[in-house]
Amino acid sequence: MSARRIFARPARFAAIAPYLWMALFFLVPFGFVLKISLSQTAIAQPPYLPVFDLAAGWTALKAAFAALSIDNFKLLVSDELYVFAYVRSLTVAATATALLLLIGYPIAYGMARLPKRWQAVAMVLVIVPFWTSFLIRIYAWINILQHDGLLNQILLALHLVNQPVVWLSTDSAMYLGIVYSYLPFMILPLYATLAKMEPALEEAAADLGAPPLQVFWLVTFPLSLPGVGAGVLLCFIPIVGEFVIPDLLAGSNSLMIGQTLWLEFFTNKDWPVASAAAIVLLIVLLAPLLLYERLQRRQLEKR
Amino acid sequence: MAHAAGGEAHPAAGQPLLRIEGVAKTFGTFRAVDGVSLDIKAGEFFALLGPSGCGKTTLLRMLAGFEAPDEGRILLGDKDIAQALPHERPINMMFQSYALFPHLSVRDNIAFGLKRAGMARADIATRVAEMVALVKLEGLEKRKPDQLSGGQRQRVALARALARRPQLLLLDEPLAALDKKLRESTQAELMDLQRRLGMTFIIVTHDQEEAMTMASRIGVMNAGRLDQVATPRELYEAPRSRWIAEFVGDINLFDGEFKLRDGHRLVIATDGAGTLVAAEPREPVGATKLSVAVRPEKVKLSRRAPVGEGSAINQLDGVIADICYLGGSTTYKVKLGTGGMVQSSVTNSARLDVDAYSLNQQVVAWFSPDDCMVLDR
Repeated sequence: MSARRIFARPARFAAIAPYLWMALFFLVPFGFVLKISLSQTAIAQPPYLPVFDLAAGWTALKAAFAALSIDNFKLLVSDELYVFAYVRSLTVAATATALLLLIGYPIAYGMARLPKRWQAVAMVLVIVPFWTSFLIRIYAWINILQHDGLLNQILLALHLVNQPVVWLSTDSAMYLGIVYSYLPFMILPLYATLAKMEPALEEAAADLGAPPLQVFWLVTFPLSLPGVGAGVLLCFIPIVGEFVIPDLLAGSNSLMIGQTLWLEFFTNKDWPVASAAAIVLLIVLLAPLLLYERLQRRQLEKR
Repeated sequence: MAHAAGGEAHPAAGQPLLRIEGVAKTFGTFRAVDGVSLDIKAGEFFALLGPSGCGKTTLLRMLAGFEAPDEGRILLGDKDIAQALPHERPINMMFQSYALFPHLSVRDNIAFGLKRAGMARADIATRVAEMVALVKLEGLEKRKPDQLSGGQRQRVALARALARRPQLLLLDEPLAALDKKLRESTQAELMDLQRRLGMTFIIVTHDQEEAMTMASRIGVMNAGRLDQVATPRELYEAPRSRWIAEFVGDINLFDGEFKLRDGHRLVIATDGAGTLVAAEPREPVGATKLSVAVRPEKVKLSRRAPVGEGSAINQLDGVIADICYLGGSTTYKVKLGTGGMVQSSVTNSARLDVDAYSLNQQVVAWFSPDDCMVLDR
């Protein structure tokens, strides 16, 4: 065996390892979900029909295949409840991501311009909330925002309001929770691109006659776009499917798709419709991902 | 901005363009620039030379506006620009890293400053074409910086800095990233360009050969201060201090004490080279503790002692301790009988005669009093 082949074998395995992982932990479960989404609800265990039984023989299997239908998807499109849930999820995610970008960019920019040793400290400060459980932090917000919570107590003590303000179960509370929870995911990729940007580029722009605002829009911002893209995707995609924050902080009059999914699955025990909703969500989320990938590839090709 | 269109009247060549008055800058407790005063004449090619950390780059950055001086004034014409922001100055800079905008093409990089000046589109196109031709980059206008070689990037940086026709062009170690051959040809091109455009250049470099080759005047900086401002020749042949003599070129230094004056000659007893006779420097020396400095190429070698008159008064016996063959010349290190060491650089003027001396050979090293520089210790 030549030296080349000794090296080639583990290298080849390393190359297929991610695909193996994807197949095992994404494609196979996805196949299950897809199959369930094409089934019908039934009062049974599992709560849907048909059930594939390999032992039942070829004809039974063929009958099971014939029983699959896309009725659940038709329901999703025709029922306003689901359409609204999707639209609301996308709107909330878009708004929250915009807020995150507006708040995260200045923070990341400030961090990148700190002296080197302070950058490490700022980085730790950004990550520190992760040391506490996410759920506990959201409950803490409930505590702060409730009727006799910390926020209202402070506002009353400062005589800024005469009676407690309703914070909890509003969209504002939900946005606060989302922005608070996702801020590190926006800041970190932005900081990474801004920190490695050569400071001389901004100086060169100023030297060539660009006032500070133009320096930002003509040089700093365009060069930070990869970080902006990464941050936006990292926030937008999970926020669309967010369940805990809207469930605990927002009102119950309009639901996001994550909450709808939960209801269908656990309250209505309608696994097929829940599965169909999950698959539509996946397809909706695939679009921005593919778009981002194409943009990145085009940028690479230009080099 | 009138200067960007090249409309503003420049001072006539030789007239002062820039006046730096007592400029100082402190970072924390470190005094990077410590009271520098300097006049730059219109149309001159000035070099700021010094080791790294001497403050030359800080001084340049203050001229560009990236740092504001803590003290002093920077007068461009009769306007104090010390506190003006970079984009308000008719000064452009070529960065050591080139700092080309990676997301813009060669054309857009060069046009960047022109657009900021609000130049008309057609005029921008003309000027960019002119600049591209000037730095010989025709055909590469649409490339991005990372599709260019190091030498091409350097040219784009130069074209971009020149495009606005600044009154003053600052160059921060512009050739440091190029290899030796390319650096030499680029030096010649930069000099030619500066002469043709009649512009004022200030270059910062730690490479004394580069400074000597290109600049008409050199300011040597050391520890935040401007030690000497002189032509390359003056700097080399009449350095004002021992530090400059050592920093610029190679030097033989003999520490000693003043003994007596013999007409226009000083007799100095040195530690390693016995008693030396040196021509009296133009500026009278104050102290008795002096150093005699001789450049290696002024030290001649011969097998037997020359007649000890005139130019051969200083004669030192020794043996060849080291030979360093450099092609055009050979540097010999001679261990002197008096204990010291002297370096002699001999031009290899004949092809078949380069190994004129061999190791451990007895020689006489000699030099004229006129070739001795007397420096305070």
